[in-house]
Formats: sequence, structure tokens, C-alpha cells
Amino acid sequence: MAILSKDEAQNILKKVLSFSTADECEATLNGSIGGNVRSARNSISTAGAVDNVSLAVQSRFGKRSGLATCNEFDDATLRRCVQRAEEIARLAPESPEYMPLLGPQQYLDGSRSFAAATAAIDPAYRAKQIGASMALCDEKKLSSAGFLDDSVGFIAKRNSKGLEAYQQTSYVGFSVTVRTPDGSGSGYAAADYTDATKLDAARLTRVAAEKAASSVKARAIEPGKYTVILEPNALLSNVDTSLLGVLMQSLDARSADEGRSFLSKKGGGNKKGEKLFDERVTIYSDPLNPEIGDLTFANDGRPQQKTTWIEKGVVKNLYSSRFWAQKAGIPDLPPPGGWIMQGGTQSTADLIKSTAKGILVTRLWYIRPVDPQTLLYTGLTRDGTFYIENGQIKFPIKNFRFNESPVIMLNNLEAIGKPVRLNGSLVPPLKIRDFTFTSLSDAV
Amino acid sequence: MKRRDFVGLTSLAAGALFLPSLPGFGHTAVDPARLLEPGADVIVKKRLADAALNAAKTAGASYADVRIGRYLNQYVFTREKQVQNIVSTESYGVGIRVLVNGCWGFASTSVVTEDSLAATARVAVDIAKANRLVQKEPVQLAPQSGYGEVSWKTPIQQGAFEVPVKQKVDLLLAANAAALDNGASYINSALFQVNEQKYFASTDGSYIDQDVHRLWPTFSATAVDTKSGKFRSRGSLSSPVGLGFEYLTPSAAEQIAGPQGTNTVGYKLRYDILADAALAGKQAKAKLSMKSVTPGKYDLVLDPGHLGLTIHESVGHPTELDRVLGYEANFAGTSFATLEWKAKNLPYGSKSVNIVADKLQPGSVGAVGYDDEGVKTREWDLIKEGKLVNYQKIRDQAHIVGQKESDGCCYAQSWEDVQFQRMPNVSLRPGTAKMSVDEMVSKVDKGIYIAGAGSFSIDQQRYNFQFGGQLFFAIEKGKITEPLEDVAYQSNTQEFWGACAGSCDQSDYRLYGTFFDGKGQPSQVSSVSHGSATTRFNGVNVINTARKV
Repeated sequence: MAILSKDEAQNILKKVLSFSTADECEATLNGSIGGNVRSARNSISTAGAVDNVSLAVQSRFGKRSGLATCNEFDDATLRRCVQRAEEIARLAPESPEYMPLLGPQQYLDGSRSFAAATAAIDPAYRAKQIGASMALCDEKKLSSAGFLDDSVGFIAKRNSKGLEAYQQTSYVGFSVTVRTPDGSGSGYAAADYTDATKLDAARLTRVAAEKAASSVKARAIEPGKYTVILEPNALLSNVDTSLLGVLMQSLDARSADEGRSFLSKKGGGNKKGEKLFDERVTIYSDPLNPEIGDLTFANDGRPQQKTTWIEKGVVKNLYSSRFWAQKAGIPDLPPPGGWIMQGGTQSTADLIKSTAKGILVTRLWYIRPVDPQTLLYTGLTRDGTFYIENGQIKFPIKNFRFNESPVIMLNNLEAIGKPVRLNGSLVPPLKIRDFTFTSLSDAV
Repeated sequence: MKRRDFVGLTSLAAGALFLPSLPGFGHTAVDPARLLEPGADVIVKKRLADAALNAAKTAGASYADVRIGRYLNQYVFTREKQVQNIVSTESYGVGIRVLVNGCWGFASTSVVTEDSLAATARVAVDIAKANRLVQKEPVQLAPQSGYGEVSWKTPIQQGAFEVPVKQKVDLLLAANAAALDNGASYINSALFQVNEQKYFASTDGSYIDQDVHRLWPTFSATAVDTKSGKFRSRGSLSSPVGLGFEYLTPSAAEQIAGPQGTNTVGYKLRYDILADAALAGKQAKAKLSMKSVTPGKYDLVLDPGHLGLTIHESVGHPTELDRVLGYEANFAGTSFATLEWKAKNLPYGSKSVNIVADKLQPGSVGAVGYDDEGVKTREWDLIKEGKLVNYQKIRDQAHIVGQKESDGCCYAQSWEDVQFQRMPNVSLRPGTAKMSVDEMVSKVDKGIYIAGAGSFSIDQQRYNFQFGGQLFFAIEKGKITEPLEDVAYQSNTQEFWGACAGSCDQSDYRLYGTFFDGKGQPSQVSSVSHGSATTRFNGVNVINTARKV
């Protein structure tokens, strides 16, 4: 099914609400069309297409709520879906955290969350992009494995209290791992955009290929505390847990208030308002940012506004559910989609130039929590790790395991580079002192 | 923007387990009663499958398979005294895979009619033809004779969907109360119930009807000391299982005590959620004031509920042939255990390491009669007396290692995803000599006993790893002395398995499992179990994970 226009979507939702006999009813229509292609050993391994649209109806009787979904939109199906949601609601237990549905909301206008070029992607575009990547590796006698995926989508909401929302989104992403034929060198690059005209798989492949070729004959150096330059891919990932990702996911008021977060305060309460990071750390979200145009409303219909989460090292805001915001008497902020870590003007190359001794990290991998009390995580470097001396990359080094907390990391900040888009956020490369590597790995 | 971005950040980052609240695309939220309704009759499914197979062959496919899948799930989520969510979902559709001139094509549809299936088969053929232009290595499919019309069902005693939702909610809330009464400040609990009704047909002449059931009750109890600002959690010691609701009926015969002095209990094919939750409440609270470990070398005695995850990461993944060959290089990674490495005949572990792969073991979540490309499942050795002897393979990989048959490891998480090589159950054989866990502990001079799976991380070629756990106990001079906290061990796969000093006997054997083993792009999850008896590893490096922020 095609991406529905605002009017088409809202007309379906209006019909859904007209069938409702519940105290409250909210309907959400969600759809996406896209495709993907995957390669390995310089050859396409799989390709697929995705085309989905789904209606979710939430019906409420008092504090009881039921959810039903369907993916056909004739009157009879819509009516049955509403009836099913109502039947489920009648059987459901009362929710002690019930909140009435939101009424009419004012959403920001002008988010660049959709680009027509991305909607125009066809199998030929995908084959051309990944084909260019594979050809480049063939030419250099390197082996590549890549993945390109794209989607355009829409989301429309409407409820019996007068809330109305609609927005379109688009996404294209490409990642590639390039390896030397003997497996002794490996490099990685990834990027994602709203607008497909910005994607250049060959350019990314060149970066990964250079890293692969220059990472052979890696030397082992002793684990310990080192100054590191973490490239954006080492800080945020869309295929793994990541250090900045987990920090942002931890800004939840409820777990902090309940005493089970690094933001919980001794004796009760949370650390909002406290300076926990270096004063150069500022992280905010802004759905209207032109590079990472985002949804202007959250899953539950709350508006997404420009919000500062960390300002000059101070925790400025925590997000929460609507229930917890009301109970705790705090600003009612939904978690953000993408976010922006404010940076400087220096490139990764500039950061290397100003480093006397240090380690350049392309990517961190298999990052898992060790201790939620301190937000301690472990993981490993991957796909290009280099020793820096006197402002120059001297030689590739073997990969390390780290045990580090993003809280400690953002206190040991030496320099912030220029942010780039990654996974729908803007992330700068960071230079960090005393980053803790605890053992060596033979993995390439 | 991807859907996962829209779902966005959530308040329970630490417990990804407890996230799902809305059914995913393709999954329709339904009334729980719907889960008891039968799917389409096999006569109908055969007719539909034949329509797709005929269309594929007419369009030029040399081979085709059709998977008509009805996937039923019910998830119940609670915290403390309240229900958070009860979700029942159904997903019904068809995935069609075709081979055209040595190139795969795949397409799927949720419109289950003969016309739609024929059209979808033609789309799959078109995709194969488009990909053929850039295909360099033509697919070689291991021959497979058809089985005709056959069926298989997970041997369960009581289907989980037949149990009233209220009974399940009451059980979870009773477990929550048991934890809260015994020292926990908070508890999240969940019950995952899965039924895959899968019909497979191929141009080889197989028509396979399977009814697969899986269940997973789980919780995480947290104790908070507001005064000190400290908090600690203890997760359930249950396992995902290929059983019905009978798993939740406690049985003394299916429990085994941990070492004397630990007060721990291991569960086999029956689980006592109330007893485990009560113990978890006590242990979470006790963790707030346990001694922090002194780092150094220790002999580790690892309970099966812990060791299963280490087996999964350090043996299960490196012996997947697709990783070995480089197909996962851009995501999950490759493997140190390459064909060249295997040819050197180097030790993977000590002589007491015997590791078997299977898709058959009763009670395991990996058990099926046939895989998702129509191969009857079996058991085979991966590691014999410390040496790697085989990999995990599917039909288009067998020729690469000079073999003629698939191991039956092909799986897709749903009808709409293409099937590919996934990990079977991978298990450590128990010791052949009689050995209880107390006897094993009695021979350890300086060690740590670890129960339950915790933090886990391993590199992309499966050399260097670090594992935590749920419960840790110091062993001194053959005796458990005290509980410990802040324990994690770091090792290297070959070094670790080389330090394996033997396992307890069959009477201690238990299964660990997961519902969420991830691989592939787009990523798919699969379920897998890992059996072992309590096993000893000598001289492993233990670190202390406590930090100050």
C-alpha cells in the first residue's frame, strides 16, 4: 500500500472513531515502504522489500484499556477492529497508572523528516550504490560486506479527545566492512540520511578500505589507561548498544526517582540540576534540526519540542511517562528521537594532530552493561584501531577490551570535534583521557 | 527514520526484556481466545503451496520453497502489584524463496490466496533474476529428497494459550509479592508464550506441517538502599524452554541444589517461580552489602544456568559456517575458527571438552522436526575431545566443507523474513564419571562458584570475552565461604576451554536458553538452548567491576 496522505489517513481514523462506543478511543495508523540489499565477499547475498501498514486502535472504559490492530481498511474490518479493542478493554484489569488521553495538541511545523528522493529509491538505485561499493573493493583486491536499507513511512494519530497528528519520514542507511583477503586488516564506515541524494556508498567504502589496508600487521600494546579519539561510530551505533546511546537512554526520571539509576541521589530523589559531566558537554534534541529532521510528536501524542537534556555538564531535564510526570510533579517530557551533542569545528584529523600520544578508535563493539549503578559498560574496539604519536598515526594496534562508563568518559573530556549525523543523531568525535582498556583481543 | 527510532528511547533501558508493548508490523493484536482457534487445514495449505511452487517453476525457478506461517504470541508483563500489559498477537502470511540460475530470490505476502501466492512467487523470481547480474558465486544446493506429507509437534503437556490469562497474571503477581516480601524494592516479571504453526513445501516434494511451542517466564528483582544510594538486581534462574505451561508446575525431581553453603537451586524441565522469586528478593537485598571481589586468578565452578551463555558466545557463534565464511562480516562478525584454522588441528579446548549440536533435545527451544528449508533435524559433534570436528551448516553451505548434507540449521523468524543459517542447540556433554557439584567444589583450593547469566561481551571473531553472572560465591580450600559481588571474568575462547577441568555428571545436566539470539541484516532473532552440567575451569582471570562516578 502506498504512503497515505494526511487526508487519506485522517479519513480512515475519523471513521474508526465513529465506530467507537468506548469512553475514550485513540487510533494510530502507521505505514512504511522500503527495501534493502546485503552483500558479502563482494557479492550480493540477500535483498528484500518491505511494505507494511497497520492500524492500532486503543479503546478505554474507565481505567481499562484494550488494543487491537488490523491491516485492511474497509468499513467491516475497521468496525471489527474497534469491537475487538473494546472487548479486550472490558476484560483487562484496571491500570493504576491510567492517564486520560491527550486533547488537541500544538505541534511544531517544518520538520524536514521526509525527502522525496528517498521515496523514489528503487532496486536499481540500491544495486548501483552497493555495486559501486563492491566494484571498488574488487579493484583494490579487498573483500567487502555491506548493507543498504531505506524506508519511507508515515504516522497518523487521532483520538476522541480531539488530538490529531500526521507526519511523513524517510531514511536511508549504508554500512560497510572491508577486509583484506588474508583477514589481517579490517575497516568500517557507516552513514544514514533522511535524503537519499546525500548517500555515497563508494565514498564510505573508500574510508573503510583505507582503514582495512592500513590496519594490517597490527602491533600489541599493553592494556591500560590511554588518551583516545573516539570517532562518531565508536560513540553511537544503530546495530549495537553504544556509550552515548545508553547515556541518553538513562535520562529517565522514574528509574532515577526509584533509586535504580546512576542519576539516583543518596538519600532519595534524583540528580537533575547537578553538574555530572565536563562543562563542555551539552546535549539537546530539536525535531526541526535540518540534518536530523525528526517527528514532532511522541508515540503517545505528546509534542516533541527543542529540549536541552545536558547543558554545560549539568543535567537539565529528565524524560518520563505522562503518569510519572504527573505523580512527581515534573515537566511532562517524552524521550527524544534523535539528539544533538554540541561540538566544535575540529575534524577527527584535527583531533589527531593535537594528540601527543593516544589511540584512534574507529568503532566499539558488543557493548553490554556491567554495572547499572555506575553505568559501567564493557566492549571492544573493532575495524581500525591506531596508535597516535606527535600528532600522527604511527601504526595499527591490536584491538582492546574496555570497561568504561560514559559518565566517567564525559568527565575526562579533552576535546570535542565537529558533529556528524549518525543513526538520526548528531555526534562529534571526542578526545578522552584515561579511557580504560582492560585486555587485548586477537580479533581483526 | 526507522520504526525502532520512532519507538524511541524507553524508560527501561536496562531491561530490554520488558520493552515490547505494541505488536510489531505484521503482527495483529487479537483477543486471547483467537490463539486457540485452529489455522488453515493442511489440505488448504498444500493447495496454496502448490500454486506458489508451480508459478515459481513456470517462471524459471530450478528450486522453490514456500513457508506458510501462522505465528501466535502472548506476552504478559507485570511490575510489583500491577499488570503492565497483556499482548496477544497473530501474524499470518507466506514467504517464498526461489533459486534461478544459481541465484536466490525471496518475496513474501500477507494475502494468503492461490493468486497472491503465485504472484509473489513471480516477484521472487524477478528479484533473483535482477540479483543474478551482480552474483559471483552461484548457489550450490545440497540435494534433499522429499519427505512427502509429514508433521511434527513440540511434545507439550499443556498449551500455554489454554491457560486463562488471569491464572498467568495471578502467578506473576504472586511471584512479585514473594520477591517484595523477601527484600526486593521492585520487580518486573514477564511470561512469553510462542506458538509457530509452520507449513513448509518445496519442489523437492516435501509438505511439512509443524506446531512449535515455546515458553519463558522471567523476572528481575531489584533492592534499593536509599540511604547509601546503592541498588542491586537478581534475575530469575528460569530458562526459555520448548515446553508447555507444565514448565511452571514445580517438581522436586526437576530441581537440584547448588553447592552446600550457597542456598541456590538449579531448575531442569520444571520451574518454581514462587520459590525463585522469594530467594531473588533475599539475594538482591543481600547483594547490597556483599564483599567486593579481590581481582586475580581463580578456578571457576560454573553452573549450567551461567555456562550456557558462555557456550553460546564462545562455541555456538564461532562454529556458524556463515560467520566463518564472512557473510556476517558487516554485522555479527566473523570467526577465529576458519577453515584454515581447523585444518591445523589445533586444540579448541581440553580433552574433556565434547560439544554437540542438535535440533532435537526435548525441552530445548531449538527443537523442531524439520528446519525451514525442509531438512530433517539431527545431532552431530562440533568438538570432540577438545578438537573442532565440524560446523553448523545449511543446504547451500554443505559443499563448501566438502559435505553432501545440510545439518538442518535453517530458520527464519517469521514468514516475511528469508531463512538462513541459525545456531542449533549447542551443548557441552556432561562428564562420564560420577561427580556431584559438592565433590567438584571440594577439590577447589581458591575459586568462585557462579550461578545465573549476567553481563556478556565477546569480540567479533570470538577470541576475547567477559562474563558476569547473577550470584557469586567464594570457594576456599574446598568449601563455599561467602557470597561476593562485582565479579566478572575475562578470558580467551581457546585459553578458557583449554582450562576446562571437567564437568559434573548427567544428574546435574540442565538447559540454558535464549529467545533473542540476533543475526543478519535486517536482523532476525532465533531461539536456542545450551545444555551442560556444572563445569570447572582452572586459573581464569577475574576482575572487579565496582567503580565510582
